[in-house]
Amino acid sequence: MSDVLVSHEIPAGAAWSVLVRAGRELRLTALGPGANCSTLLFTAGHPVDRLNVPDTLKAQMSATIRPPMVLMSDRGLALCSVTGSSLPWHDALCGHSADARRGLLSELRKHGRDVADIHGCVNFFAKVATSDDAAGTLAYQANHAAADDWVTLRTEIDVLAVLSTAPHPLDPRQEAQPVRAEVWAAEPAGPDDPSRTFRAESERALLLSKEVFA
Amino acid sequence: MTEFDPATAALDTVVDAGEGFLGPIPAGGTFRIVDLHGNQAVDTLFYDAADVDNRYSAFDTVREQGAVYLTTGSRLLSTRLDVLATITDDTCGRHDTLGGACAQESNVVRYGEHTRHQNACRETFLRYGAAAGIDARRLGHNINFFMNVPVTAAGGLTFVDGVSAPGKHVQVRAERDLLVLISNCPQVNNPCNGWNPTPVRLLGWWPA
Repeated sequence: MSDVLVSHEIPAGAAWSVLVRAGRELRLTALGPGANCSTLLFTAGHPVDRLNVPDTLKAQMSATIRPPMVLMSDRGLALCSVTGSSLPWHDALCGHSADARRGLLSELRKHGRDVADIHGCVNFFAKVATSDDAAGTLAYQANHAAADDWVTLRTEIDVLAVLSTAPHPLDPRQEAQPVRAEVWAAEPAGPDDPSRTFRAESERALLLSKEVFA
Repeated sequence: MTEFDPATAALDTVVDAGEGFLGPIPAGGTFRIVDLHGNQAVDTLFYDAADVDNRYSAFDTVREQGAVYLTTGSRLLSTRLDVLATITDDTCGRHDTLGGACAQESNVVRYGEHTRHQNACRETFLRYGAAAGIDARRLGHNINFFMNVPVTAAGGLTFVDGVSAPGKHVQVRAERDLLVLISNCPQVNNPCNGWNPTPVRLLGWWPA
């Protein structure tokens, strides 16, 4: 494993942000059961471009975030590839809580951003399943994440990640847990990289990221 | 419903496929979208007319109603959890708010480089929204009225042929003074418009 460039424990119910260069791996680790990490992603240095959850889901025909999906921006860029996780499901349909919003806004303002920049987040470590009934009823899955569950994101361009460890808004327990964030150099992605070969859509977003600057 | 007679509507306009609309809906007003030819996705955003940063929020709406599809009774929430509008009538049955809008760039991702310069909803939103100060930062994730995006318990999500039909409509009541921003979707690369984008009619009833 390459050297750890950044390691930070985000306390329970706190918010944090980090700029991560392309080609790094950001690993998030749950430090308690029922952890949640509401996460916003931006193209670093771009005034507008940010994670687009609907585009990410529809392009990869998934209602959840899981490996080896590519997280895509408004401009169709691959921001990150989900290179691995101990969990098969991370919620992206339920938004953030009011507590998370306060923390995310506090971090956003440090980067010259504000309420207009809030977008649909990924709630890493949380699962909210939909039923097959006519309404598509949601059901929060208690006990989805345990301590030491993890997810890794390989940055495909320079990214600003803004994170809150406030509980998932549908978690009836509302007991926040800390999350450790670590960054190191990622293994280079080869032609058989699982995110690249996952779907043609995933590969095209990855290729678009290589064309950001001519 | 005689209460909502098109002959007495304060707003009555047709939006062609690939075109957009920006207009006010006063608090208490009723706004109807008619799917004139069937299976036409109408990408729609609502804003608090007094503050465009208080905008429709798809995921807050989904979470608070505890279900992913929109239909009669759905309360359309803002980023500040205000009720912007309530769906009061729906002859279609359900509508999507997870699938977002098409864009030139996401078309490239989904369908390939040859679609780069096709007309797309995100560009229409920005063109019509500019007059109200709605720029790219203020484009939230939209409603797709009449669009069918089933999700499964296993975590699948697909775009399939619509559940709408010619003449079906959906109607909302404004719970505060609103702006409605619409892109009548020009997408021809998937079944969201039945492979054939068509015009829709917008009707509104409120005191002149």
